[in-house]
This record gives sequence, C-alpha cells and structure tokens, in this order.
Amino acid sequence: MREPFPFSAIVGQEEMKQALMIAAVDPSVGGVLVFGDRGTGKSTAVRALAALLPPMRVVRGCRYHCDPAAGAGLCAECQSLPAPRAEEMAPVPVVDMPLGATEDRVVGALDLERALVNGEKSFEPGLLARANRGFLYIDEVNLLEDHLVDLLIDVAASGENVVEREGLSVRHPARFVLVGSGNPEEGELRPQLLDRFGLSVEVSTPQDIASRIDIVRRRDAYDRDAAGFAAKWAPEDAKLRQRIEAARALLPAVEAPDQVLEQATRLCMALGTDGLRAELTLLRAARALASLSGETVITDRHVQRTAASALRHRLRRDPLDESGSTTRVTRAMAEVFAA
Amino acid sequence: MSDPAEISGAWTDAVEAMTLFAVDPNGTGISLRAPAGPVRDAWMAGLEAALPAGTRRRKMPATIGDAALLGGLDLAATLRAGKKIAQPGFLEQADGGVVVAMMAERLPAGTASILAAALDDGLLRTSPGPDGEGKRCRFSVLALDEGIEDERLCPALLDRLAFHLDLSAVSRHDISGAGPNPAAIAAARHMLGRVTLGDQALEALCTTAATLGAGFVRAPLLAIKAACAAAALAGREVATMEDAALAARLVLAPRATRLPAQEPDASDTQDQPDPPADSKPNDPDSDTATDMPPEGAEMLLEAAKAAIPAGLLAQLTGAEPFRPAKTGPGKAGARQKGGQRGRPASVRAAAPGPGLRLNLIETLRAAAPWQRLRIAEKPGGTGRIRLRREDFRVTRTEQLARTTTIFLVDASGSSALNRLAEAKGAVELLLADCYQRRDQVAVLAFRGRAAQLLLPPTRSLVRAKRSLSSLPGGGGTPLAAGLEAGFLLAETVRRAGNTATLVLLTDGRANVTLAGTGGRAEADEEAALAARRLRAAGHRSLLVDISPRPNEQARRLAGEMGALYLPLPFASAAAVSGAVRAASGRP
Repeated sequence: MREPFPFSAIVGQEEMKQALMIAAVDPSVGGVLVFGDRGTGKSTAVRALAALLPPMRVVRGCRYHCDPAAGAGLCAECQSLPAPRAEEMAPVPVVDMPLGATEDRVVGALDLERALVNGEKSFEPGLLARANRGFLYIDEVNLLEDHLVDLLIDVAASGENVVEREGLSVRHPARFVLVGSGNPEEGELRPQLLDRFGLSVEVSTPQDIASRIDIVRRRDAYDRDAAGFAAKWAPEDAKLRQRIEAARALLPAVEAPDQVLEQATRLCMALGTDGLRAELTLLRAARALASLSGETVITDRHVQRTAASALRHRLRRDPLDESGSTTRVTRAMAEVFAA
Repeated sequence: MSDPAEISGAWTDAVEAMTLFAVDPNGTGISLRAPAGPVRDAWMAGLEAALPAGTRRRKMPATIGDAALLGGLDLAATLRAGKKIAQPGFLEQADGGVVVAMMAERLPAGTASILAAALDDGLLRTSPGPDGEGKRCRFSVLALDEGIEDERLCPALLDRLAFHLDLSAVSRHDISGAGPNPAAIAAARHMLGRVTLGDQALEALCTTAATLGAGFVRAPLLAIKAACAAAALAGREVATMEDAALAARLVLAPRATRLPAQEPDASDTQDQPDPPADSKPNDPDSDTATDMPPEGAEMLLEAAKAAIPAGLLAQLTGAEPFRPAKTGPGKAGARQKGGQRGRPASVRAAAPGPGLRLNLIETLRAAAPWQRLRIAEKPGGTGRIRLRREDFRVTRTEQLARTTTIFLVDASGSSALNRLAEAKGAVELLLADCYQRRDQVAVLAFRGRAAQLLLPPTRSLVRAKRSLSSLPGGGGTPLAAGLEAGFLLAETVRRAGNTATLVLLTDGRANVTLAGTGGRAEADEEAALAARRLRAAGHRSLLVDISPRPNEQARRLAGEMGALYLPLPFASAAAVSGAVRAASGRP
C-alpha cells in the first residue's frame, strides 16, 4: 500500500485544512463541504487527514468499528457481548461513495452469498457501515442521485442506519464525518443536504506561479518516491497529530463566554440564517478551533475565523444572485464586530 | 483544421504522443477523438506495436455497469458449486494493462469517476481487498471518443489523461512517416526510473500551463511525466528544455483554454468578449498572464502555441466547461438506469445481473412449488433449496422523471426590436420557478442563419441566467432551424427518461429557411412543418408571443405545434410563469 500524501505537505488551502481539522477534533460539527475547482487537492486532503489521525480502539471483529468504551450507540452484536469486550486498533476509515452507487451498496443488503449457499438470512453491511466513526467522502456530491441524497440526509441526521428490506430488520450506528466535494457550476446541491454539512469551504487554484511550482514539485517528488516523501514529512505530521489529540482532550473544557455567544447570535441574525443549527455549528467550530490552538476560552477571533465556513452555505439565497456568500458573511462580520 | 500542414502535424503528434505513452503508460492515458475507420485503426496498430509485448488491452463498452466494472458474486457459479464464487471485476482484470474505453463520449459520469479515482492511485477503493484498502489495479486508459460536436468525454476523466488527440480531420492519405520504434521504447522504459527533470524545466512547464490556462495540478504533472519519457527516449538522464517543449506541445497545448496574450491589451479583449465560461472568478486569468514568464517558459510557450490550431480559441470560448453525462449511454443505458435505482415498482422474471437486483422472497416463492419434483429428479444434497435459472425474480424500480424546461429564444432582429429584453425578464422569473421545482433548464437561441445551444440541460440556474443575459440580438429569423433544434433536444431529454417542456419565445415571423437562405413563404412553410413534428412527438410546449401586438402568425404557429399561446402584451411575467407550470402539468 502506497503511503498517502502527508497532510502537512499540502500547500495553501488553509481554510479547507482548518475545516477538516475542526471536523476531526469534533465530528459533531457535522461534515465539511468543499466546493471548487478540479485538482485543488480535495480528496488528497481528506485521505491525508484520515491517515494522520491516531488509530482508534474498536471492538474486535465488529463490522461497524464500535467503540468499546462507548456506553450507548453500540451495534446489536456488540451490545450482546459481555462487558470486557475484546479490543483491537483500527485506522480511521475513509470510505468513498461513488456517484453511481446502488442503494444496496450504500445501506447494505441481504447477504446474497449466505442466503443462496446456506439459506441464511443475514445482513451484508454497506458503505455507511464501513464509514462509521470515520469519513464518508463523496466526490461530485452535487451530482448525486436524489434517492441517495434522501438516504444520506436521514442517516447523517440520526447517526443510525435503519434497514428494513427483504425481510431484514437491522439497525446499526453510522456516525461519520460527511465530506463532500464538487463544482457548483455543474449543478446545485439540494438545500436539505446543504444544511447537513456543518462547514463549507471554497477552494480555488492557487494564483501565484511560485506556489503552483511548489505544489507541482512536491507532488512530483511524492509520485517518484512516496515512502521517502512521507518519511520526510513525518515529523510535521506527527506534530499535527499531537495537536489534534491534545485538542480532543481539551475540547470539553473549553468555555464559551456569554459575550462571545451573543456576538455569534448577532452575526447569525444579521445574516438571517435560519434556525439554531447555524449558531450551534458556529459555536462548535469556534470551540474546536480554540482547543486546536490550546486555548480554553473561545474569543471573538475564533468566531471570526470560523464564521465564513460555518455560515456561507446557510444564507437564504436568491438563486439568481451571483454575489458571493463569502462577501456577505465578511460584510456582516465587519458590522457586528465593529459595534 | 483545414490546413494540410496542420493535418499531417496532427498525425505526427499523435504518433509521438503514442510513443511517449508507451514508454510510461501507468496511471495515465490518451483520449483519441476520431471516427472509427482506417485512420484510427492505423493508429491503434501503431500503439499495439509500441506497447510491450503481452500488454493486455481490454475493451470496455460505455454501457458497462458498476457490477461488471467492480466485480461481485458470480450467482450462477455460486449456486452450482454451493460455495461462494467471486467474479472479478473488469478493472481488476485490467490490472497492468490498458483499458480501451469504447464510445468514451457516452461514458456515464458515474463510470468515469470510478475510472478516474482508480487512475489516481492505482487502487479500487470502492471494493476493498483483504486488508480493507482498495484492491490493487494499475492500468492506463485509452478513451476512444467518437463524439461529434459537443459530445465529449467526462472532464473528470479527461483531466487525468495525458494526451488529448484529435484525428477526426485526418484522412488515410495524410498518414505518413514511420511508426514508433519498439526497441527504442523498450530501452527508454528501462531508463525511465533514472530520469529527472531540472528545476528550470519544471518551472517553465508550470508557467506555461498557467499561461495557457491548461488546468492545475494535473496538467503540469502529466507534462513532467511526458518530458521525462521524452528524455528517456533520447537516452538522457536529465530532461532538457527540448523534452519539456515536446511535453508542452503534446500535453499542455490541447488543454489550452486561452491563447497566450502577446499584446494583452487589444487581442485579448477582442477575442474574448466575455470571460470563457469555465474561468471562475478566482481563475488566475489576468494576473498570471501579465506575470513575466521566467526564462525558458517563453520557449515552451512558443512550442505549445505552434501546436494550437488556428480558430481554436473561438471554439474554446464557446466550449462547455462541463456537461455531466446525464443522458447515459443511449437507450439501453436509460433502461438500465431505470432498473438499478429509484423506488421498487414491480417484480419480473429475469436473471439478476448488473443493475438488476434479485428479489429473494419472490425467487424462493417461484422455486417452492417445484422442490419435490426437482428432488425427485435428482435425489441427494440434503436440505438445499433447488433453485434454477428460471426461478430468478428481480425487482424493477422506477425513477421519477425530471422535467427539463427548454427555452427556445428568438433572438432575431425583429424580436430584438420588439421585446427581447422583456422576454428575458419573464424567462428569469421562470428560472427562479424552475429552481424551486428542481427542474433542469436548457437554453437554445436562434438568429441569423441557425440555432445555437447556449446551455445544455443543467441545474445551474446561475449559468442559465448568464447565458441569457449575454444573448445578443439581431439578424434574420431561422424559425424552422430553431424548432428543429428544440425538437432534437427534447428528444434527447426524453431518451434520458425525463420530460421536456418547450418554451418558445418568438414573434413567429420566420424569414430564413433551413438552408439559410431568405424567403418568407418558404421559411413559414418549413416552420409549420417543424411545428407539426413537435406536436406529433407529443412534447408539451408553450409559445410566448413577443411581438408588440398579438400576432396571427404566432398564434397559427402555436396551433401547429399544439402549444399554449400566450401573447406577451397581456402577460405579466408572473402569468408566463403560471402558464409554464400549467403546460408542464403541475399544480
């Protein structure tokens, strides 16, 4: 297996990297949507991040990578096991969901092999099961078939996949960080699915020749000798890993002062973002960012640095208005934080 | 491409690209745009000689399903053997070889994205192997694109193929020169691992790619690969500027989305009245072009420029940035799609296969009555249910057909004088409506001598709006050509399993015939004929009369095409919107 491209070797794309790291620290932020040009390292970054994350503890042999330490939310099989469950370590999964995936592949289906050979009725887990506690990556998410979008909306909200078909009745945990990427020119994303993504970032091809050359040089070096390149960046990656681990430990202790909450609320009101989800996501993202920088109190600065990612895709949008949502968030921020 | 020198150049370039590809084929590929025929055959024969002996080439039909592509359970064999028998997927079997994608322009976006992802890192991530990672499959792609006009290969895949060749203008007589030299290629392949590219060449390739707007990051990377292959062929351990120049010509030039600006002031604005459709606001349009190219880049630019055929820019600015293969591969594809996805509808007897899901309960029910007989026929085998092929039942699924609203806009001089602007306003309101209903929209305009597809069916309303607002007016009214184009598009939409609604905005005064000549009477007659054809095909339509006063000609045309007639003088934008809703049969 070839080493994945090191996360720390990715040139630029700071907002995308920040959003992915926030999602890694606090998965409850609810997924990252990356919109932008082809070839900006979207899928590279997702895989790199997953490879960077410390391996997780799982119940041995569990098809859903259940967390042995978790009290609730285990799959039925793990629940039936006696208390000290055998454990093993597993890498954080990154599961690709192809555009043309059938419903069977996504939610799982009757295990044909066992049904036909042994006459047993058993469940063959699908992509959602494999993605539990990891990342579900959908390239060109805006071109996804509608019925798959419906499925995802449901599962992403409940964290549970319920299968009722072909005489099967199975429910299993499916908590994952949804990472979607696409190019908005190629089609719109359903508003309901848009809303499920906690953060959204816009990526673009770097403007200046120098960083382009830098990117090409690193990529070329990696293509020639993946292992050597990964080894060279291993210390940097290790630092990042420690930072994420430390942030995860710190996260519950991070406080949100009333005055910061108020500012966040005022920002959301100024932008007219619907519902509580926007404020909640903004707060969670700011908290994760604070913990990433080792701070125990959220400040205005954290809110400001996450506001664009957390809010830009939630603005009530006139489909014919071409003025960028990023501009609108920036403008609202200037007003709210100046006051 | 009509210049004979250019044509023979296309052939020589194609042979050179083939040679470089043969030196280092892994993880990349060639897109060959050419009709099936002697030229393509000659090129393919050359490639066969160039590739190492025993390289597997596997033809992949565009209609290949995901199941066949990725493999799965071999149902018949499993049943027979009574144990699991896996069927390797097409890509797995292609490991180490060349996937020849037939009719590549018809490849659905889903299939193309699987190929693209596998090309990236040589792994099939969607079907995990024993270690939980993807199965190993390193292959290269030869995409045979037989598309005409704007049918083309899915950009996600095209972007990953190093060489984009176009031999459609080359005829058998243009084929000349020697083919590739297999011995030299074999030697180069041995040497390839040692070849490096100097900093100057690397920077020059990056700069050239940026100046040509050739895309990032794959274009420069593929060019580097090609330059190294060229160096290996020449027996050099360090690729020189000469190798880089060849790579720029073969890899970067065909991807150019803009010509290098020699006099950035005049020529640029003249040739590109609007930013090309695919340049996003953040595209490094202006700043990189004005950057002084470093030393060496200029030389590569010259090489690349020489390879850009004249008149390409005109195509480029009109070219589609992307057209998702929504239509799928023809009728068979549409049917298969209907079988694979969507809501369960009914059950029928058929063997499960790619895209057909076995309905186990119904299968068992079908088999049940025969069990005693079958056991009596062939005793033994304890307790197993005896299934036969004819028992298989599959679930049929159906998908809600989506509506595509086709705007057919008369942009001729007479309408422009009248109320084209007003009509545009009405259309924008309709667009907002389409957005709410999640309809697709397409925009066709006709003026002068012919109709033009401004926007193929899309859900991107922003693009629809942009293409409308930049629509110029003036010229004659080739009404028949417009209706013809609308009819063809509506048929395409229908073949994809969707419903088309046509909204025709015109004053009904045809004065240009299909042949492009003037003549009111003849043009009228042709328009009426085209209109009747639309009605016969049963496409729902609406005619918005944009003449200053309701006009008998337009009303008659609406009658011929069975369309709802709506004179704009009385129609507020909101009324038009309501009428479209009624025409498409929705509340």
